[in-house]
Amino acid sequence: MASTEIGLHKPLIHGDKHLAQVTRDVCEPLERRASAFWWIGFLISLAVLILGLTAITYQISTGIGTWGLNNTVGWAFDITNFVFWIGIGHAGTLISAILFLLRQRWRTSVNRSAEAMTLFAVMCAGLFPLIHMGRPWLAYWVFPYPNFRGPLWINFRSPLAWDAFAISTYFIISAVFWYLGLVPDLATLRDRTAAGLRRSLYSFFSLGWNGSYRTWQRYETVYMLLAGLATPLVVSVHTIVSMDFATAIIPGWHSTIFPPYFVAGAIFSGMAMVLFLMILVRKAMHLEDYITPRHVDVMSKIIVATSGMVGLAYLTEFFTALYSGNQYEQFVFLNRALGPFAWAYWIMVSCNVLIPQLLWLRGVRAKLGLVLVICVLVNVGMWFERFVIIVTSLHRDYLPSNWANYSPTSIELATLAGSFGLFFTLFFVFCRFLPVIAMGEVKGVLSHGRRRTENPHES
Amino acid sequence: MSRRLFVATFEREQDILAVTGAVRQHNWNILDIYSPYAVHGLDKKMGLPPSRLPWVCFALGLVGASAKVGFEYWASWLDWPVNVGGKPWDSLPAFVPLTFEIMVLFAGVSTVMALFIVSRLFPGKKPQLISPRVTNDQFALVFEHTGGNVDIDEVHHLLKSYNAVGIEERVA
Repeated sequence: MASTEIGLHKPLIHGDKHLAQVTRDVCEPLERRASAFWWIGFLISLAVLILGLTAITYQISTGIGTWGLNNTVGWAFDITNFVFWIGIGHAGTLISAILFLLRQRWRTSVNRSAEAMTLFAVMCAGLFPLIHMGRPWLAYWVFPYPNFRGPLWINFRSPLAWDAFAISTYFIISAVFWYLGLVPDLATLRDRTAAGLRRSLYSFFSLGWNGSYRTWQRYETVYMLLAGLATPLVVSVHTIVSMDFATAIIPGWHSTIFPPYFVAGAIFSGMAMVLFLMILVRKAMHLEDYITPRHVDVMSKIIVATSGMVGLAYLTEFFTALYSGNQYEQFVFLNRALGPFAWAYWIMVSCNVLIPQLLWLRGVRAKLGLVLVICVLVNVGMWFERFVIIVTSLHRDYLPSNWANYSPTSIELATLAGSFGLFFTLFFVFCRFLPVIAMGEVKGVLSHGRRRTENPHES
Repeated sequence: MSRRLFVATFEREQDILAVTGAVRQHNWNILDIYSPYAVHGLDKKMGLPPSRLPWVCFALGLVGASAKVGFEYWASWLDWPVNVGGKPWDSLPAFVPLTFEIMVLFAGVSTVMALFIVSRLFPGKKPQLISPRVTNDQFALVFEHTGGNVDIDEVHHLLKSYNAVGIEERVA
């Protein structure tokens, strides 16, 4: 069966694939023995995760006095990590929901892994408020439940209470969305796996899917509804995260620009993380025909666009401080750029605003190694953005006698490393046991930009 | 009386789309089509009415939102009012974010559960596959010949002209 490319659209998937070939290309890496690359990556991630778990055990059993916090800097590393990881998650929902509604069909090659990344990032994020509570076994106190203390309800007017709901809802909806997308693919895996434990598991979770088009039609409807729900959800989640800061009266936090600024930053860092993972996955799992240079190209463009938004937000914050005539606000921003944490501020500006500008050049976007490096730098920059917002706003407040400095302890560093360990361990397990490419969706775009010949009914 | 079902398998998207239209023109009753992915436009060719699941989504979203906003008022105004920084008892703006989250949660989870219920999908269900390849690379059309004499040759001829790779008759 030959096919010719038609001029209007470029094919999304390279190599003139047939349906069975897609199944084979995606499923075979799961059926082979794990490669040396996989084992090395998995074991390193696991080791880092164990380091993190050790640090978490120590700080929970000893108390969060093991952190470098003091009276002045009451929030630092922990909340930085929380906001960082939540932000990473947002690109997954952007790809799975927003680009779906915008009919960006290239998303089919990357949405599965991007959604998995969202789930894992939200898990990492959820870890930090839990630890920060100091007594994580009482974490359920953030939810309203009938209790013997009155019942005393939570304070629904507090953004911290909103946060608990926003993150939980986000996790549940992302998990449901991801699982719904997986069902047809699990059925495909079930039908090509020999009887055994793996087949029983695939069979159990594929819910007896048999490819009925009546079900497909409802499935598509539900997919669209979920995309429509997840789109405002993702915006609301980071808006609420930003309100943790914006509703406080601390100069540098108390700002109405925070919600859009945080959402743009979240998509910026998350997209860099997706791109980082995709460049590695396509190489390691030989999926070059599915995740093509074009995917890297469009995702790089999203990064450069969101980098511009973040840069604009940085400038706007300075302008607002200047224009407000409020000396405390002005001091905070001058102190950010020139004070003791100026190094962090300038890492943030160079990684988030200056370096991504290289992606304007087609030549840079085509060099995957270079894009990979830029993605890592963007994530470094976005981590520092949260650090700068949190620590520099707190460390010098209204009374100079209160001024203090902050530096993280080894426990805090190990916990941050551990969250990366958790993220990558989960991602490696995902790549090993589940299809990293949504076969059911990629099959639908195979004919995109191609015309199959030799059809008697097609004139 | 037993029903005579035809199961025809195809390998290409455009064949299944075209043959569905042709079978419908003959007024033969299409029972279902089995496909490895959601073929765009096939629901129109089959004449399926739009799904009613959006109503579930809307209704449960409304239930979630109103339950939540009601609960927030009841808990923080009536049941145990706590004065937090002198904020008014009627703090509707502060109740909006949570109301939205719970609306999304209710609407999303219930729509997916409704999908599983109406499509009879549940964990551990034994799949009834029309052909082992429908989850991989094959499309299967199942229809019933209605109306008087069955002209087998006519059916075969029609299906063959749309590149059917297999035609089977089953009695159900």
